[in-house]
Amino acid sequence: MNLRAYGLRHAQTFVGALGRIAAAPLGALMTMAVIGIALALPLCLVVFLQNARAATAGWNDAFDLSVYLVKSADLARTRDIATEIQKRGDVATVQVVTATAALAQFRKDSGFGAALDALQDNPLPNTLIVTPALAASTPAGTAALRTAIAAIADVDKVQIDTAWVERLLAMIDLLRRVALLTAGLLGIGVVLIVGNTIRLDILNRRTEIEVMKLVGGSDGFARRPFLYGGLCYGFGGGVLALVLVGAATAAVAAPVARLAGLYGSRFQLTGLDFSTGIAVLAAASLLGWVGSWIAATHHIRAINPS
Amino acid sequence: MIQFDQVYKRYPNGREALAGVSFKVARGDMAFLTGHSGAGKSSILKLIGLIERPTRGRVIVDGRSTDSIKAGSIPQFRRQIGMVFQDHKLLHDRPVADNVALPLIIAGIARREIDKRVRAALDQVGLLGKERSRPLELSTGEQQRVGIARAVVAKPPLLIADEPTGNLDPDLALEVMRLFKRFNDVGVTVIVATHDVHLIDQFGARRIILGEGRVAVETPP
Ligand SMILES: Nc1ncnc2c1ncn2[C@@H]1O[C@H](COP(=O)(O)OP(=O)(O)OP(=O)(O)O)[C@@H](O)[C@H]1O
Ligand SMILES: [Mg+2]
Repeated sequence: MNLRAYGLRHAQTFVGALGRIAAAPLGALMTMAVIGIALALPLCLVVFLQNARAATAGWNDAFDLSVYLVKSADLARTRDIATEIQKRGDVATVQVVTATAALAQFRKDSGFGAALDALQDNPLPNTLIVTPALAASTPAGTAALRTAIAAIADVDKVQIDTAWVERLLAMIDLLRRVALLTAGLLGIGVVLIVGNTIRLDILNRRTEIEVMKLVGGSDGFARRPFLYGGLCYGFGGGVLALVLVGAATAAVAAPVARLAGLYGSRFQLTGLDFSTGIAVLAAASLLGWVGSWIAATHHIRAINPS
Repeated sequence: MIQFDQVYKRYPNGREALAGVSFKVARGDMAFLTGHSGAGKSSILKLIGLIERPTRGRVIVDGRSTDSIKAGSIPQFRRQIGMVFQDHKLLHDRPVADNVALPLIIAGIARREIDKRVRAALDQVGLLGKERSRPLELSTGEQQRVGIARAVVAKPPLLIADEPTGNLDPDLALEVMRLFKRFNDVGVTVIVATHDVHLIDQFGARRIILGEGRVAVETPP
């Protein structure tokens, strides 16, 4: 058998499999829908993670250090310290917040105006807001910076609030694992769904398979159309999953943009990119193929003509 | 070509269809297998086509004992046998041409060659022009002839037919038997199971008559 005839035969079988799906579209569509939904779930998690990562990438200021000076440090001393810190390689900016400015801000934000008026002295010290350089914007980098700044004379206390960022990063990592696990489990689910559909297809075409075997068709020959069928189920399910994820992304894009706007961010939700889409279709087709291969191999072997 | 050696066949329900059948059909011979209904004609043909396995004894096809043929080699084995079935065994959702083409498709023959040979086979059984019909749109006799066309289309060296004339009128039955004779004339070994004694009286071929699960009478070639 030459290569062209071989290719032609495969093409014919493939078209035949498509024809059968078109002839009984409802069952095929149901199978594809189940596959689509099963795949859409982990994909939605992937989209969420991808956006969470993009959103948190701009959160370096989350690593800002608040440097409280001792009460006795006057404004001149505060500026000296600020200049000293600014010279460090691992520092991007230093902002001076005077005690007076801090009090005014506090008065405005807290609504405790009258109560603060009762105080004779300003209880707040002069403060510096130190933003680490990008390279030092890690938990370890800021910790080192903190130690260095704390050692400077007249520095009372250095505060970093990285704990919640670390928690967030840990949460994202956890979700990533959950996404992987879900994808794995639902991938097995897809194999089983396709396997079961193919099993029913085979039962429906039992007499046909018997005839093929009677005239000398091998199990592989009888199996081929079912493999293409499984491939179609998987591919169709993959397309449906992408449509579902696309629709879900579009549905939440506006609320996310509004929410980001409220935080003064121009963050925009991004959907799956092209190469991920192609990978999803390839993976879905592969799962369909594997599911049908397992089911068809097993069930066709069990059919013996009489 | 075919040799049965004290062959027994007991079906799972306990029914003993064959009880010590022995006979030989040489390469290039033609033989009629006759006997009353239930005598075991179909059983013998199924043992030759490896659709059933003997309970005891040996079946030798083309010099090979069938018990040496593993499940994986059965397709290859069946491709050298053209089989006509009592119940036709056609694909009802495919046109006649596809049904006849099936053995050629399995053998990986090129499409153009397939079309040519399918038409030639349909011509031989008088069904030219019915290529696009579905089997269920045909009469039982026509369906039977589609089955015959499929059995001969790949030019197998061995042809076994189970009641190939069962649903044909006498003229057509005679025509089909002559067709088998023509195949035999070009060297194909032919075994036909039939209870139509009048029909085979018109052919000089050998008869193997079954009774009580054994070969009761065997006429010399
Ligand atoms: N699959 C089977 N399971 C159980 N018994 C069977 C099976 N096939 C055939 N038999 C029995 O074996 C005996 C021989 O059957 P077989 O079909 O070989 O006869 P036959 O000569 O072809 O009959 P007919 O002329 O009616 O076609 C019958 O009694 C039948 O009931
Ligand atoms: Mg019979």
